[in-house]
Amino acid sequence: MSSISTDVEDEGFGGLSKIRVVQVLLAVAVLLTVAKPILPDFLIRVPETWVPPFAVWLDAGFNFLIDDLKLAVLTRWIAEGPLEFMLDTTANLLEGKRRWPFIGPTPWTTIAAVAVVVGYYLGGWRLALLAGGTFVWTALIGQWKIAMQTMSVLTVAAPLAFFIGLGLGIAAWKWRSVDRAIKPILSILQTLPFFTYLLPAVIFFKVGPTAGAVATIVYAIPPMILMTTLGLKKVSPEVVEAGKMCGCTKFQMLTKVYIPAARTEILVGVNQVIMLCLAMVVLTAFIGMPGLGAKLLAMMGSFKLGRSFEIGVTIVLLAVMLDRLSKAWVVKLPEHHEKGTPWWKQHIYLVAAIGAFIAFLLIAQVVQVADHIERSQDFSKGKEIDGLIKGFLNIDAVQAFTGWWRWFLNVWVLIPFRNSLLWIPTPAFILAIVAFAYYLGGKKPGIYAAVFFSLIALSGWWDRSVITLYAVISAVILSMFIGIPLGIFASRSEKWSKRILLACDTAQTFPSFIYLIPAIMLFGVNDVAVVFSIIIFTTVPLTRYTIEGLRTVPLELTEAADMSGATKSQKLWSVQLPLALPTMAVGFNQAIIFAFFMVIIAAFIGTQDLGQELQKTLAGTELGKNFVLGLCVSLMALTFDLAIMSWAEKRKRALGLG
Amino acid sequence: MNDDAPVISCKNVWKIFGENPEKYLANMPEGRSFDDIRADGYIAGVKDVSIEVDRGEMLVIMGLSGSGKSTLVRCFSRLHEITGGTITVEGQDIMALPEKELIELRRNKMGMVFQSFGLLPHRTVLENIAFPLEMRGQDKHERRARALEVTKLVGLEGREEYFPRELSGGQQQRVGIARSLAIEPDIWFLDEPFSALDPLIRREMQDEFLRLQDMLGKTIVFITHDFDEALRLADRIAIMKDGAVEQCDTPDQIVLNPKTPYVKKFTEEIEKSRVVHARVLASPVNGAAPEGEPVRAGHTILQLARQLVNDPREELPVATRDGKLIGVMNRQEALDVLLGKN
Repeated sequence: MSSISTDVEDEGFGGLSKIRVVQVLLAVAVLLTVAKPILPDFLIRVPETWVPPFAVWLDAGFNFLIDDLKLAVLTRWIAEGPLEFMLDTTANLLEGKRRWPFIGPTPWTTIAAVAVVVGYYLGGWRLALLAGGTFVWTALIGQWKIAMQTMSVLTVAAPLAFFIGLGLGIAAWKWRSVDRAIKPILSILQTLPFFTYLLPAVIFFKVGPTAGAVATIVYAIPPMILMTTLGLKKVSPEVVEAGKMCGCTKFQMLTKVYIPAARTEILVGVNQVIMLCLAMVVLTAFIGMPGLGAKLLAMMGSFKLGRSFEIGVTIVLLAVMLDRLSKAWVVKLPEHHEKGTPWWKQHIYLVAAIGAFIAFLLIAQVVQVADHIERSQDFSKGKEIDGLIKGFLNIDAVQAFTGWWRWFLNVWVLIPFRNSLLWIPTPAFILAIVAFAYYLGGKKPGIYAAVFFSLIALSGWWDRSVITLYAVISAVILSMFIGIPLGIFASRSEKWSKRILLACDTAQTFPSFIYLIPAIMLFGVNDVAVVFSIIIFTTVPLTRYTIEGLRTVPLELTEAADMSGATKSQKLWSVQLPLALPTMAVGFNQAIIFAFFMVIIAAFIGTQDLGQELQKTLAGTELGKNFVLGLCVSLMALTFDLAIMSWAEKRKRALGLG
Repeated sequence: MNDDAPVISCKNVWKIFGENPEKYLANMPEGRSFDDIRADGYIAGVKDVSIEVDRGEMLVIMGLSGSGKSTLVRCFSRLHEITGGTITVEGQDIMALPEKELIELRRNKMGMVFQSFGLLPHRTVLENIAFPLEMRGQDKHERRARALEVTKLVGLEGREEYFPRELSGGQQQRVGIARSLAIEPDIWFLDEPFSALDPLIRREMQDEFLRLQDMLGKTIVFITHDFDEALRLADRIAIMKDGAVEQCDTPDQIVLNPKTPYVKKFTEEIEKSRVVHARVLASPVNGAAPEGEPVRAGHTILQLARQLVNDPREELPVATRDGKLIGVMNRQEALDVLLGKN
């Protein structure tokens, strides 16, 4: 039965209208701020002595798990047993690590050739070229070994994440209680900064590739769970009934009806698992995992821009290739063969792949460059590119330009904004946030905002949280000035919408780490670079959802506006934007989540926020502190997420957009 | 097993949707209407239905959307668990069957065709048709042979290796029909099988269906919202409204004697003479048998129209195909059916 929803529940508290409640909250906040000089200290910041020792409690909890329950024994066993075995096997095969089965490294030409066949099978010549080209580039530029280090973890982590996610997804779909238990954990996991994944992984699963793989798996599981349950729920009831009437047992229903019928969603999940795994594998460089990420980190740290650029290109190519191939797999549908087709013809691609593999394997025995590229043979132009970029940056005009922006943003925007946010007394800040969340989302998000931000105040990390929030808010606002106009412009024509959407899609597949490269190039190592990298990162979803929102405004409505004699700008302001706003809000929300993510990564540039502290914990064993910091980030992100998404959904329903 | 016993028999069947419907039904006062029940926050999908389906008969359940016809047929196969009453299939109380036996019953005795086909998108035509055979663990070669046989029966030869999305709607439904017939079921459920098809294809599929039924002679429960389709196919029609059966009778009787105003509304637009057969209007011979050429019992009044108008006799003898006299028909009465009263 369809339920008719009303907004009565949001009519405010105790007879006061919603707007009045918001006004009262804001008025108290302003009053507290203005009265700051005469306020007692405990109303400005929570006194140190009031801060409960969350970190100590958490540490006690973890110690109980590790020492008393001997959980670490189990996890270490997994890490040193099956997991390390799998990682060693792929590492041997791909990069030639001296471990069982001692047959690697596989010659690079064989992998590239198989990639061409797979690319052709999934998406014709274009994908064949992309897949083959990526591997050829990687080999010729001299990054084969580090790329394979990354891939060897990916080839273990992605399938494991897939199976665990699929299993949990099925469980959540089947049993309501599992679903209820999993949902809040998932939303926290999706907003938890990645540094918080890393330390527990290290402590429970040993430093190195095993911890990296575990962190990667945990990070990639949530979307797989969500896509699995979504797909299973969407299976048409008639297909289910047909299965039952054919006499399927419960197990047959699951394996022969539900899972195959949910193929599309499950494969979309696979795509997301692969992309998140890649993004995370690159980031595990922070806990000392070798590979592309580690190399990039080292190169950026020593300001070798040319090499950073080359590694960046490799990572981007890998990301785009994996994304395109797995997306092509989603839409690839089986085709029938006419009766009497011989076996080899039905499996032509399999035959071709094996043939190419063997052929290049044989060639590699004789021809050395087909086996591996020596250091002296690669085409890396790191030094030259480095010189080129640095030369470009040294041009006076460029320096004046970046210098002026750095000065302008620092002196007129960032520092004043940060100082004023820091100046606001804690209770006033919380009240303002609550007013915002309540105004947008209603009662529930308002209450959550109050609880979450009070927790942050009590965590003892208030100032650093505010600095984190400042970077996020300023970057998101600045990126709105770019993303929204760009989206509006692009949505005017079919051609440009397509182009920009493609660019956004591609940009979203890049591991977030990549966005730091241009920021550091242009602005060096400082606050502006941090904000700049967040701006690039968050402009993408804003642009994308602006276009999507505007493009999905029903045609009759814009036609009706035209027939009412609206000018272009009248149409935009009074018809298109209001209808597109709920969709744009989703983009805004994503931008904020992305920004929280990025600001933490940017910590290694040298910020003063939570990320910096988080990164410090990685060196030690302070699990409790690590979690407290991570949860501060997560709680802030969740506050925005809850408020904005609840607004967007209500608005969509009110506009009848589904 | 007794051949005269009904294949499906249901007594006072209730299906109520809502929270804890069993408790609600147990405490519900007598004579609650559909709307009363809705006011209580429940939906009466099936409301106190008692109906029987005889061996080899085609029962058509007719009703508009939301009338409960699909729900009722899903109760017969226990796709829905009923809230009250009993349903027996081949003498077994299906609500008492443990899961294993229920699966056996579906694997061996029942076939079902769905409105939107319900085909498995990842399987070829042949694999879809062989699916129920695969489920009951039949050997690969055997099930392939049987599937090919049924594919031929529904006229899909040459398309065995196609995927559902590569077929037209009519062809997809042929696959659905073939799948439901693969296990040679005794009872055949069809849930609006032709509603999703274009009118022309629909007609063609109806003819095809009648041909199959002539050949196979199964016990059929057929659901439709199309009254014309019901009249064309049915041995008996059950008309449903708000979960209850308004009237269950032969097409002739429904057209001639609609029991409720609701049923009457459907019959008003119908050309009665197309539906009513001479046998229905025949009354027993009283006294001397009338002379002359008899009319055929199996003909509709429309088929006899010319003769009715021209024949001078007041009473016409009615005889079966092999010449057995079954009664006399009043010409005036038949003309009333043909032309309408006044």
